[in-house]
Amino acid sequence: MKKLLALLAIGAIMNTVKAQDKYFTKTGKVKFDATEKNSPENINGWNNTVTCVLDTKTGNFQFAVLIKGFEFDRALMMEHFNENYMESDKFPKAEFRGQVMDNNPGNYQKNGSYDVVVKGKMTMHGETKEIETKGKISVQNGNLLAVADFPIPLSDYKISIPSLVADKVAKVATVKVDCSLMPLK
Amino acid sequence: MKKLTRITGIFLLQIIICNAAVAQDVDLLQLAGDNTPKKEIVKNAFKSTRVINSQSMEFLSPGTMDFRILHRFGEVNKGYENFFGLDQASMRMGFDFGILQNLMFGFGRSTYKKELDGFIKFAPIRQSTGQQNFPVTVALVAGMTMNTSPWTDPTRKNYTSSKLAYYFQAIIGRKFSDAITLQVTPTMLHQNLVPLATQSNDLYAVGFGGRIKFTKRMAFTWDYSYVFNPMDPEIFHNPLSAGIDIETGGHVFQLHFSNSTGMNERAFLSETTGDWAKGDIRFGFNLSRVFQIGGKKKQLK
Repeated sequence: MKKLLALLAIGAIMNTVKAQDKYFTKTGKVKFDATEKNSPENINGWNNTVTCVLDTKTGNFQFAVLIKGFEFDRALMMEHFNENYMESDKFPKAEFRGQVMDNNPGNYQKNGSYDVVVKGKMTMHGETKEIETKGKISVQNGNLLAVADFPIPLSDYKISIPSLVADKVAKVATVKVDCSLMPLK
Repeated sequence: MKKLTRITGIFLLQIIICNAAVAQDVDLLQLAGDNTPKKEIVKNAFKSTRVINSQSMEFLSPGTMDFRILHRFGEVNKGYENFFGLDQASMRMGFDFGILQNLMFGFGRSTYKKELDGFIKFAPIRQSTGQQNFPVTVALVAGMTMNTSPWTDPTRKNYTSSKLAYYFQAIIGRKFSDAITLQVTPTMLHQNLVPLATQSNDLYAVGFGGRIKFTKRMAFTWDYSYVFNPMDPEIFHNPLSAGIDIETGGHVFQLHFSNSTGMNERAFLSETTGDWAKGDIRFGFNLSRVFQIGGKKKQLK
């Protein structure tokens, strides 16, 4: 019986060890800016409820953003963003599923900052596109900070900008990701 | 021996389970938990807080102000001498304010009878999706109008209260799909003073309104009110309006044809004289411009 318990304990430890490879957050930040140059109006929104998970062992990296979670300075802009551009009733989520290239699990054990290249598939507005971007992962006392900055051409995701507002809305939006990850237990 | 086999069995089973988990392409997001919201209010049932004349189930966002300019031209059947009615115009200018997601108020003034009007609209129930959803929005409107034109008969004793009218309305509406929205609005209107003693001060009506959105920025809208006890059925008709909503960046234009001149509830419910059958219809437009005046969210970084 004791042996059985010991084995179960070992099994439990194995599971926890495995779980500690994974880091996550549900309060990650994503900010996007679609302000056209010289436009008097700032078109940007931010989302502080991004779910992000990184498996340091395999380098699997995924995040999910609820489109309705984006906030704007102006309520009307938020309405237009949801209703006319992102159609968030139809496509409530944007997702990225990818991989940290040349992932080195050892890096995550010690404090430091590492430049990484992340490659994967971005799904947004019902369209999936392959993207690759540079980012930075900082390790600090067992927590990770993942930061990236990349362009999203709106036409890639079939988000059309009517000519009426073409001088205000950029054709390529800049997206900033800022996620502070904790061990997933 | 038996025990040992069992223990080995459990151990192997555990290894298999662990390995199975590794072997699969694990959905990491699933591990972090589902982030689908529990409840979400259905929005954008209409482009504007009015269908055409009547209140819609839509609310302004908190901290926004809607500046509304409404025009009704003359009757189209007046012919080209009057430029099909465009020579005359009646207008209402108003300001609406969004306080909460489900609370707004507004006021305005119409040139027709020099009326001031104000209303407050509150929705105890909003149509929502998610786990605790509700299929319809129920909104309540209470409003008041005041005629500010001079007394018709200054010789008799006049009371200020005689210039007042009140209306109470419930809006039961549902956005069936992105394209189709329908609403029913039972209404009661009380006028403190009516022209004839035989006429009732209380007027009961039920309104119907709807929208068919055919592109992202354009929609067909209509609203109709059936009045149960019109003051004089020979003269007054039920108001019917139909038109299109065009949304540009910050404006909503509602272009339509209507048989009513009045642009507040008292006026269009009790004093619509036009008859669609005779072509007594008017071209009109509502222009809505929304401004953010407060409640700006502070950006974190």
